Amino acid sequence: MSDAPMNERRSGANLSVPNADALDKAADVEGRSLWQDAFRRLQANRAAMISAIVLIVLAFICFVGPAFVPWSYEEIDWDILEATPPNFETGHYLGTDSLGRDLLARILQGGQVSFLVGILATSVALVIGVAVGATAGFMGGRVDQFLMRFVDVMYAVPLMFFIIILMVVFGRNFYLMFLAIGFVEWLTMSRIVRGQTLTLKNKEFIEAARASGGSTASIILRHIVPNVLGVVIVYVTLTIPQVILLESFLSFLGLGVQPPMTSWGALIAEGAQEMEITPRTLILPAVCLSTTLFCFNFLGDGLRDALDPKDR
Amino acid sequence: MTSVLEIDGLTVSFSTPDGDVSAVSDVSLSVEAGECLGLVGESGSGKSQTFMAAMGLLADNGTATGEIRLDGIDLLSANEKKLNTLRGERIAMIFQDPMTSLTPHMKIGRQLSEVLIEHQKVDARTGRARALDMLNRVHIPEAERRLDMYPHELSGGLRQRVMIAMALMCEPEVIVADEPTTALDVTVQAQILDLLAEVKDNLDAAIVLITHDLGVVAGLADRVAVMYAGRIVEQGTVGDIFALPAHPYTQGLLACTPRLDVETEALVTISGQPPNLQNLPSGCSFHPRCKYVVDQCKSERPALEAMDNGHIRACFRPHVEVAQ
Amino acid sequence: MWAYFTRRLIIAIPTLWVVITVAFFLMRLAPGGPFDQEAPLPPEIMANLKAAYGLDQPLWWQYFNYLGNLLQGDFGPSFKYKDFSVTELIGQGFPVSIQNGAAALFIAILFGIPLGTMAALRQNTGADHAAMTVAMTGIVVPNFVVGPLLALIFGIYLRDTMFALPVAGWNNGAFPNRILPVICLALPFIAYIARITRASLIETLRTNYVRTARAKGLPFRMVILRHAFKSAMIPVVTYLGPATVFLLTGSMVIETIFGLPGIGRYFVQGALNRDYTLVMGVTILAASMVIFINLLVDMTYAWLDPKVRYE
Repeated sequence: MSDAPMNERRSGANLSVPNADALDKAADVEGRSLWQDAFRRLQANRAAMISAIVLIVLAFICFVGPAFVPWSYEEIDWDILEATPPNFETGHYLGTDSLGRDLLARILQGGQVSFLVGILATSVALVIGVAVGATAGFMGGRVDQFLMRFVDVMYAVPLMFFIIILMVVFGRNFYLMFLAIGFVEWLTMSRIVRGQTLTLKNKEFIEAARASGGSTASIILRHIVPNVLGVVIVYVTLTIPQVILLESFLSFLGLGVQPPMTSWGALIAEGAQEMEITPRTLILPAVCLSTTLFCFNFLGDGLRDALDPKDR
Repeated sequence: MTSVLEIDGLTVSFSTPDGDVSAVSDVSLSVEAGECLGLVGESGSGKSQTFMAAMGLLADNGTATGEIRLDGIDLLSANEKKLNTLRGERIAMIFQDPMTSLTPHMKIGRQLSEVLIEHQKVDARTGRARALDMLNRVHIPEAERRLDMYPHELSGGLRQRVMIAMALMCEPEVIVADEPTTALDVTVQAQILDLLAEVKDNLDAAIVLITHDLGVVAGLADRVAVMYAGRIVEQGTVGDIFALPAHPYTQGLLACTPRLDVETEALVTISGQPPNLQNLPSGCSFHPRCKYVVDQCKSERPALEAMDNGHIRACFRPHVEVAQ
Repeated sequence: MWAYFTRRLIIAIPTLWVVITVAFFLMRLAPGGPFDQEAPLPPEIMANLKAAYGLDQPLWWQYFNYLGNLLQGDFGPSFKYKDFSVTELIGQGFPVSIQNGAAALFIAILFGIPLGTMAALRQNTGADHAAMTVAMTGIVVPNFVVGPLLALIFGIYLRDTMFALPVAGWNNGAFPNRILPVICLALPFIAYIARITRASLIETLRTNYVRTARAKGLPFRMVILRHAFKSAMIPVVTYLGPATVFLLTGSMVIETIFGLPGIGRYFVQGALNRDYTLVMGVTILAASMVIFINLLVDMTYAWLDPKVRYE
């Protein structure tokens, strides 16, 4: 009809429908639920589906793979003691690092750390963020003011610096690291949840629940939480890669996991030292890390497109 | 008198993941200078999309076929550049929601004057003077002060007046008002309707009033077209439509409008749901809700047939039978 | 506006105090001390050292002593760089970090916003998908991978060509020494800014007021620049706040990779060496930057959206 870019026909998930008119009625006459609908849209998003499959496969290999690798991640092959190319006879399928440790075993172990950090630290952030956000949004008044002031103050803190200080404090403890990262990642989550809760609070079905005598806790649990879940899932999917990146960043600086344990970031740091001789030791862990981050981001974007009511 | 705006066989469809959806099907309309055409229908009936197509404002997944001619110029085949010489200058639109239809970070004066500056190449000073003049004409109090205000500093009613002033800036030949009162308080609605009546009397423009509210049409329109499920089902003079509605849907709509002069026990409603555009009923789209339905309605779609006085309707049942 | 500005600065004081206090005690919780070495010092020398720096005093005394000195603008001596005060170290490191950060920020905005705008205007075309895939790559390939790779390419593979670039050291800020670190620093931010700009502009283009502007017959370019762009920039500004802080306070990784004497590297080394005063100094500087930049961001909001008022 016209040649301006705005009028180009679009397809797929990013479809926009003219305001209020025409099509809003057409969408849910058959009474599909929000989740079924979202899942159907997600399935149609090929990038997101491939990402999900790649992530599952990668995680599976990282956690189950070491059982099938002849060497363990900390074992030094005393016959080698230097970086060597892949050799199937000695069982070093991806070669060894500069100390003669099996690179494949180390990459798999590093992957375990990355996935664990991603999921555990995000869970910590999720629990704190949802609890604070839902409480602040739902209770309102003083509670809301106090909690949000606190979040504001936390935002004014240079978080990267605090994580590093926390890493120094918790330096030798693998699990406290998750806690430390989770502790600083919950802020945005709490703001998002609070915003969603505030808009939900005045909706009719909450009024109805309150009128029929639901307690505050049960309203939060049974009505607010399920309804902010969509946004939260999207945000969680996008937080996991951030956390994984943060951990690799710390490990790169020598502040993350302690040797002989390793993570993708630590492997990249080691590889960077050797890259002139064996670029493999830099590139292989870098490819694993980037692929994982790529997939989480695509999955997160796909989920957002699938769950975002604005795009329907 | 010739028509300024003629719509001929317009079909608008949107491509969605679930297939194409026709929002407007084979609609033909025309409106003359100095005339007000009321376009009535439920939301989803395609009344807005008909004129969005005319303005070149369909969503990106929408396509329009057929012809829309503004003074002989085909709007559907015009490119964006050509359209831009017409929009705002010769055909203007007033939108439903004044709260979100003004740019939040621009002062009122600038939003008004930019239309003139763009189309009539006046300088900023003249543009501002004309904007002030126009604000006075739409009865905005303290107009001078409002020029330097931002939209959020104005009430909904005032903002809709600004929208109307904006549409009038270039004194266009066609003004399309899309549900101009729907988002407003009842008292403000009446004021805005008065203003539109005043515009109609003072200008020789063709006005299209899109609404779901027959009451709005009654006071303002000369002719009325009723749309259902993307098609025109009845069209006639405002007198005929109100006195001799010839389509069961129009009758239903009229019955739904609460009247003070007739004593009724309960509000009348049209039974059933508005149609699902993705899955329209066979035959006449209205048949599942029609109380005069016969077998023919379920299999065939009635064509628009002419009655007297330019009155047309799409229904199989004899007019007398329907008009009880 | 000035009243607002002053009030915000006053509110900043308790925030800074919280940051200082938490950082102070956290640092002291960390195992080890500033004078730990591979070969332990004789106890009497250690005691003398501790006494000289006041570390033999009770913790609360050290805390108030530190606060007192701070009020007089004294950040104390560095524990590790024994001939320097923290003020001197920051005075050396901060200009390096801020110059690199500012250059990277400038490049990120210069490329990120046009890239995102172009992608938004060509939404779902090949060009859009290509731009966004490149942007995603910029985000998921961390700069501690890009840095060594660039160093490998320009420092080693292209060593004998005209494209050779220095890959380490600051060399008093010589231009060639800055190129790789700044590019490395800017890349992920270009990517983020492009993605945010695209998403935000697409959303703005669907608003009713953009439709009104189009209905007025304004040329497309004017619709974008005059009516859509300002609102579309709000999320970008939100993102730019923390991004600016991150860039200006020195990217620890980039400074480590390229061996730049910026405050990011000082901080990491200070934290590892338990150089309490240096860590505190850099943290306070960073916190002040966060506060100041948040204020700038809020004032930019007021300019972008007239509904935002100075309260």
